[in-house]
Amino acid sequence: MSIIQIFDPALCCSSGVCGVEVDQALVSLSADIDWAKQNGAQIERFNLAQQPLAFAENASVKAYLERSGEEALPLVLVGGEVALAGRYPNRSELARWANITETDNTKPQQGCCSGSSCC
Amino acid sequence: MRFLENPPRFFFFTGKGGVGKTSIACATAVQLATEGKRVLLVSTDPASNVGQVFGEVIGNYITAISAVPNLAALEIDPQAAAQAYRDRIVGPVRGVLPESIVKGIEEQLSGACTTEIAAFDEFTALLIDSALTENYDHIIFDTAPTGHTIRLLQLPGAWSGFLEEGKGDASCLGPLSGLEKQRTQYKRAVDALADPLRTRLVLVARAQQATLREVARTHDELAAIGLSQQFLVINGVIPEEETVHDELAAAIHQREQVALSAIPSALKALPQDLIRLKSFNLVGLDALRHLLINDALPTPQRSVEVLPQPNAPTLSSLVEEISEDENGLVMLMGKGGVGKTTLAAAIAVELASQGFPVHLTTSDPAAHLSETLEGSLPNLTVSRIDPHEETERYRNHVLETKGAHLDAEGRALLEEDLRSPCTEEIAVFQAFSRIIREAGKKFVVMDTAPTGHTLLLLDATGAYHREVTRQMGESRVHFTTPMMQLQDPKQTKVIIVTLAETTPVLEARNLQSDLRRAGIEPWAWIINNSVAATSPSSHLLRQRAFNEIREIDAVANHHARRYALVALQKQEPVGVDRLRLLSNRADNEILKRLG
Repeated sequence: MSIIQIFDPALCCSSGVCGVEVDQALVSLSADIDWAKQNGAQIERFNLAQQPLAFAENASVKAYLERSGEEALPLVLVGGEVALAGRYPNRSELARWANITETDNTKPQQGCCSGSSCC
Repeated sequence: MRFLENPPRFFFFTGKGGVGKTSIACATAVQLATEGKRVLLVSTDPASNVGQVFGEVIGNYITAISAVPNLAALEIDPQAAAQAYRDRIVGPVRGVLPESIVKGIEEQLSGACTTEIAAFDEFTALLIDSALTENYDHIIFDTAPTGHTIRLLQLPGAWSGFLEEGKGDASCLGPLSGLEKQRTQYKRAVDALADPLRTRLVLVARAQQATLREVARTHDELAAIGLSQQFLVINGVIPEEETVHDELAAAIHQREQVALSAIPSALKALPQDLIRLKSFNLVGLDALRHLLINDALPTPQRSVEVLPQPNAPTLSSLVEEISEDENGLVMLMGKGGVGKTTLAAAIAVELASQGFPVHLTTSDPAAHLSETLEGSLPNLTVSRIDPHEETERYRNHVLETKGAHLDAEGRALLEEDLRSPCTEEIAVFQAFSRIIREAGKKFVVMDTAPTGHTLLLLDATGAYHREVTRQMGESRVHFTTPMMQLQDPKQTKVIIVTLAETTPVLEARNLQSDLRRAGIEPWAWIINNSVAATSPSSHLLRQRAFNEIREIDAVANHHARRYALVALQKQEPVGVDRLRLLSNRADNEILKRLG
């Protein structure tokens, strides 16, 4: 199965904890990622503020950053190919990339998020 | 000195800049070494003069002090530690990723929290039994980590993901991401801190109400996480015999005694020492040996015969220039306890007395200042923002929205992040930014300003822009973001407030360079509570005035574009007349009214 890689803009404070507003998209994304992982998806996230090297070492990501700048993040690669740019994926997209069949019993549970990954 | 009895292995001295932590730490080290103990002194004071005190070049490695057998010292520069820490993360991508992105990442790692955690990272190794530390009976630090840092390191959630595995999920924990050492090492360091048999925390304060309140907060916070062995040292207390022939000295003495008798109850229970104000400079071994001895005052190094009278501009000259613009935003900025609120009130009162409409808004926790001014002048409006309330509201909002989906660990981590000093700064500034917009029609004077770091972070994400757009609603009026308003010297004057002492001036310089990073040029500096601006006859005060001259000179000639010198007052500057005295050093008419 292809690995899904999500390249985040510089998160941490600016994503909401210290910022003036909380980004709901990030909250939903965390829940969706957790759901997809529980269903067998392989997902990696990289934060520009903390793992910039991961951005520099990937030719597609580096080129994208040079062309469009940080404000064009996030960028999602599936199997190394650009799958989505400029917004976060929703649950259906994650499911399609990871070959998960969405059914009622795979619907999210409350409090599903583990560790600090929601930030 | 009670804090020296039965000395444990680790000493931490904590207190705000300029209270004398480093001097007392040095004196403690000298005393223990003289008793034959093997001592390591660790200084993280950015104005560190430990080397100068011992006549030795020290720096970032353990150096034996030749003048004091058994004593070695180490200087950690927190700014350099933070820079090294940024370099570890940013270095590999510099020149690889676009310049603007590299800059953005650096800004993320440029906050006060990063500096503190980087410094803690540096001295973690000294808190753990190892070949490095087994040579010492006592290790003395002239600083202590804040409760926020320690709690963060104690949380299991902080260590999930890439900190242990080297990669993983995006985390809130920006400042921790570049830490080199292993979790077990931090755990042992934090355990050593919280062990009352090994660690003694010495709170250093001055006999001033605001300072004592602040120290009481530090006490509570650190006691709550296990640093229960605490001692209180009150430094620089003016001795009674100095008050006989000097009105100012008598007034200070009186005020100090009031502060000491009203000491916060949390501090009352602590073992307490008083150190008298000394006339000598704390340079050289002899001076250090005498610091902790109260009855044996050495003869002064030199008596101050002629006190240079600084021909410094008064606050009213600054106000005059401010008034030329007829409206605008005036923000006072500086470390806690330098008198921002009082000076903001003085500027507002002066402007209002000249007939300008003025809105003074403060975050002063003691409300009496604003209350006494309300209704006192026809053009003056006073409002107050409660930092605690604002922060609480903001925190709850984030926890309710963002925290709703988190599990227990994640929630604990988010809650701790929300206790960071940045959070309060942002919450308060958000509240202020509603008032800022009035500055197009009148003068708005505030006793606070956001740091450059905060502005850059918020601006980089466009968060401000969105926030402003949201607040403006659907109307399509032309608007500017607070960042743009703050950068424009026509609209905004940022004034840095400091004291004529080494550490406060250094801290003010750091604030200034932080603002400059955000494209904001501080308009002026105010040196508050100056003894040199008075004419004391007390020997101790004359010496203090003499020491101030060098700092005043540095501010006037090197740091500030323009500045004003405000004298230390005999009476608390409360009420319109006393506030006006701050601006006009010797206004006879006001003096007459005050009797």
